[in-house]
Amino acid sequence: MFYWDHAASTPPYEDVIRTIAEVMEQHYGNPSSMHQWGEDSSRLIKHAREVCSRALDVKPSEIIFTSGATEGNNLAIKGATLQYMNRGKHLITTQIEHASVYESFQQLQQWGFEVTFLPVDSQGCVDPASIREAIRKDTVLVSIMHVNNEIGAIQPIEAIGDMIKRCNPRTIFHVDGVQGFGKLPVDLTKWQVDLYTLSAHKFRGPKGIGLLYVREGLKLTPILTGGAQESGLRAGTENVPLIVALAKAMRKASEQQESFNSNVSTMRDQIHTTIQEIKGLKLHSHDGSAPHIVHFSYPGMKSEVLLHTLEEQGILVSTRSACSSKQSEPSRVLLSMGLSIEEASSGIRISMGDMHTEDELRLLQQALRISVEQLEPLQRGRMGK
Amino acid sequence: MTYDMLLLRFGELILKGKNRRRFEKSIFLHVKSVLSPFPLVQLRNEFGRIYVYLNGEPASEAIQALKKVFGIASISPVIVCKSDLEDILRTSHQYLQDMNIQNDTTFKVSARRVWKKFPHSSHEMNHLVGSHLLKEFQMLNVMMNHPELELRVEIRETETYIFYVVIPAVGGFPRGSNGKAMLLLSGGIDSPVAAWSSMRKGLTIECVHFYSYPFTSQLAKDKVEDLARVLSGYAGEIKLHFVPFTETQTSFTGMGQDKLIITLMRRAMLRIATTLAEREGALAIVTGDSLGQVASQTLPSLNVVGRATDLPILRPLIMMDKNEIIQISRDIGTYELSIQPYEDCCTLFVADSPATNPNLRIVERLEQSIVKLPELLQDAVERTETVVLTPTNGGRLSTEKLIQEDWF
Repeated sequence: MFYWDHAASTPPYEDVIRTIAEVMEQHYGNPSSMHQWGEDSSRLIKHAREVCSRALDVKPSEIIFTSGATEGNNLAIKGATLQYMNRGKHLITTQIEHASVYESFQQLQQWGFEVTFLPVDSQGCVDPASIREAIRKDTVLVSIMHVNNEIGAIQPIEAIGDMIKRCNPRTIFHVDGVQGFGKLPVDLTKWQVDLYTLSAHKFRGPKGIGLLYVREGLKLTPILTGGAQESGLRAGTENVPLIVALAKAMRKASEQQESFNSNVSTMRDQIHTTIQEIKGLKLHSHDGSAPHIVHFSYPGMKSEVLLHTLEEQGILVSTRSACSSKQSEPSRVLLSMGLSIEEASSGIRISMGDMHTEDELRLLQQALRISVEQLEPLQRGRMGK
Repeated sequence: MTYDMLLLRFGELILKGKNRRRFEKSIFLHVKSVLSPFPLVQLRNEFGRIYVYLNGEPASEAIQALKKVFGIASISPVIVCKSDLEDILRTSHQYLQDMNIQNDTTFKVSARRVWKKFPHSSHEMNHLVGSHLLKEFQMLNVMMNHPELELRVEIRETETYIFYVVIPAVGGFPRGSNGKAMLLLSGGIDSPVAAWSSMRKGLTIECVHFYSYPFTSQLAKDKVEDLARVLSGYAGEIKLHFVPFTETQTSFTGMGQDKLIITLMRRAMLRIATTLAEREGALAIVTGDSLGQVASQTLPSLNVVGRATDLPILRPLIMMDKNEIIQISRDIGTYELSIQPYEDCCTLFVADSPATNPNLRIVERLEQSIVKLPELLQDAVERTETVVLTPTNGGRLSTEKLIQEDWF
């Protein structure tokens, strides 16, 4: 089987796996315990925090370890909104956010907050000017993802941050960085970001661990209570092996970001060419999108069918965000980009890492051609002809 | 704006006397070490100034690093052009354009002709450059006294410097130019600030930390080590002495004089620090005392405590307010570490209301009643562990063993 679903989850580095096993074996002391073993665990976390903070060029005290991006996004959005309710009840996000962001806002709506869901253009990008129109005196928080997980659109985060802080310096800016870190340059200070979410398994770390950057001075209402861990923002015994592994994966990803980007972009361009060559396929990602995500649709064929046809040839791809791929409605993200229901129901995402080889790439291209050839007679609209 | 060079000025103080050369050399070496992460940078030392040619390295980051160099009074980012009237006019024009001045701004030009063969005098240059810029920039208004923008043009034989920004730097005396002192580093907010203040005055400091395992935790030691590492960012490296204080400290309990324990402890610390100072060739002891802050820092307490040593005790924070101290500790990067909640040995065994007005004779009599006190102090000195910290090294052995590098 050939795995082309890296935007859903990446294969962990071998030495990350080894690190987890070793730390798990040697340091099972509870970091909150006062004895030597507890202190040892606590020191490991401290060192990991330093490594993570260096990768983001922020202070160690600004890093909160979480169980992953879902928790990070929930903590950022609900935690900041509840903490700063006195500033107002208006929130801004986009129509193309990941479900963990989108549904957090829906929940806040039910709790009486007013949410503006910004539209995107045909490339899947938010216009910074739309922020200027939407932002108000009582806007507490704006949350915008860096890279869209379905189509790979890169949002103009720096321009958006600039716009937010110019229109209302008190508005908090959250960025879901899950698909961007390790793939594109990140500069939280320049972007004027207050909160930034990451998840380790998107850059070859383990699942179940992530972090939230919380700018110094910003307060959050904790979502999980019950202990003073992580500066009281995230109760629960710290997962020492995973925290160490996160640090390692993060360091490696940030060190290798440039070479990752150039290797994967080359591959992406080749896949783009193939898709453009195959009649019937419609490409949605483009040269300016994130380097690791290719998105296209096969109008007239439910995405699932093409997915399984490719799978028969040993190629694993995705229909959309893994978190919502079992839903049967057309993708919310694609619809908001202005795609037709037919296109939005037939989307396929290919996502990669830089360990993919030339041979694997050739197999993928071949499988795409063969599958479309096989399916073409069955395409809706062609039946009966 | 891309700057070509940084101009570093020394404090006025060091330009006096026979020590000037030594001072300048010391600052030069310090500048060189803090700029080592910028490989393209070239340095030139000249008449009370250092010129830092950036050669494309980022100015703002270099300035941040240079703000840690003691003895530098101010920094000006400079644009360099040819010593040629046309070029000077064009570059000044470009410079102002890049500044993007929006509103009315008062302005003057201060030209300085260091190279006397340049065809126009300084006075003429003020006029030439000034009138050229006034014509181009409507929002400028000339003002001779205290203008908002004073554009300086320094004409030298090889090149001309154009600048106006003067960034205040840390000032003080060059690193290590005023001898060595032992500093009592507790882990609180004050003592790191005292350390920084002393270093700014040109003292080399070695830190002494008293720990009372098992009454204080290992993490408290880590914290002190982290603090010393931050301080080493200013000094290059810092020696940190860990003194085991448990036995000395416990010898003061059970005498029914709990109110005086803090006084006895402070005196014992000074004695140990004095012995270490003799061993290390230091001529003073520095503390983070601030008058009236706690019971051991009342004037009577300072008096009784201070008599335990013959060395001068320097107290840089003695007249400062807590808020000022906190501000400095934030600026120098020690605050976040200092507020971590680990007990230090001063908070142990201390009475709820320690004596604010201790009696020297009673204290001395108590000390004499502990027969083995000199022996305990000597033993503490002998069992002192010393680590040398630099901004990047790992420090103590236990930590090194614990943190396996290949895990990260």
